[in-house]
Amino acid sequence: MSKKAIIPLLLFVALSGLFLYVLVQMNKGEYNPRDIPTEFIGRAAPEFTLPSLFDPNQQVSSSAFEGNPWLLNVWGTWCPECWREHEYLLTLRQRGIPIVGIDWRDDREEAKAMLARLGNPFVAVGFDPDSELAIDYGVYGAPETFLIDADGIIRAKHAGAMNETVWREKFASHFDKG
Amino acid sequence: MRHGILIAALLLSLSAGASKIEVYEFESAEQERAYKALTTELRCLVCQNQDIADSNAELAQDMRRKVHSMLREGKDKKEIADFMVQRYGDFVLYKPPFDARTAVLWIGPFVFFILAVWLMLRSIRKAGERDRNVRIDSEQVQQAHHLLDDKPDNGNKR
Repeated sequence: MSKKAIIPLLLFVALSGLFLYVLVQMNKGEYNPRDIPTEFIGRAAPEFTLPSLFDPNQQVSSSAFEGNPWLLNVWGTWCPECWREHEYLLTLRQRGIPIVGIDWRDDREEAKAMLARLGNPFVAVGFDPDSELAIDYGVYGAPETFLIDADGIIRAKHAGAMNETVWREKFASHFDKG
Repeated sequence: MRHGILIAALLLSLSAGASKIEVYEFESAEQERAYKALTTELRCLVCQNQDIADSNAELAQDMRRKVHSMLREGKDKKEIADFMVQRYGDFVLYKPPFDARTAVLWIGPFVFFILAVWLMLRSIRKAGERDRNVRIDSEQVQQAHHLLDDKPDNGNKR
């Protein structure tokens, strides 16, 4: 067999290796082809004012949380991952991390029932049935969690359920007390 | 009576279906054109291979409404596209802009095409040269003549 005939085989093996690598990364959760690179880190968080989930006459406004780092968590009762991460959000609350929830495209009563049943990890919950905030924050799925620092700058974003690993990798360093 | 109920139920289901159709009003034909253009240029982030005009995903519905309300506010196409890109990145555009980061994507196919044509021409030329450079001795020529001419039932006599 001439040396040249080996070239296609080598190319094939190299490609297979690349595909295998990507698949392994996907299975480990290191790489998600549906992830959209966020343009948002380091930019000022859009201001918002939404009606409260608990009382339509009350407003939840971003300006109320300025001065300290806080988390913005977009969720919905229709989103299975949100149920999964709920317990971890409660843990964060216990550690004193302020989390503002945004109930996205949801049924008001169902959302209230979920919080009543599982516990409420949020300092305030805004109700966003028309994706007003969601589009403004470039949200394309739930849950998504943003970290907004004391100056109102978005410092981190995570698409998917929060957990201890994600917290330590992306968020913890911004809460030196936490 | 029973028919009355049936018809009422039918009408109800019809109106329930009809309420899903979005009706947007525009101030001008130009605004409507801009809406149509934008909704086919923006990608649905949920289904990812559909534009937001085509998609039934809830987020796409809301994005359509956002595009419409921004048009009504007097924003032009570029402002709305920029608004979406700022939030969702270049990915939200079906046609990403040509810049340093995307140059490989835009030019790559043409480079590959030229490379392929060059490789093909080269191999054709090589094959031609190989055929032309065949050297045979007189004995082989003789043999060839035998094979060509001395077939017993060769009817062609030229």
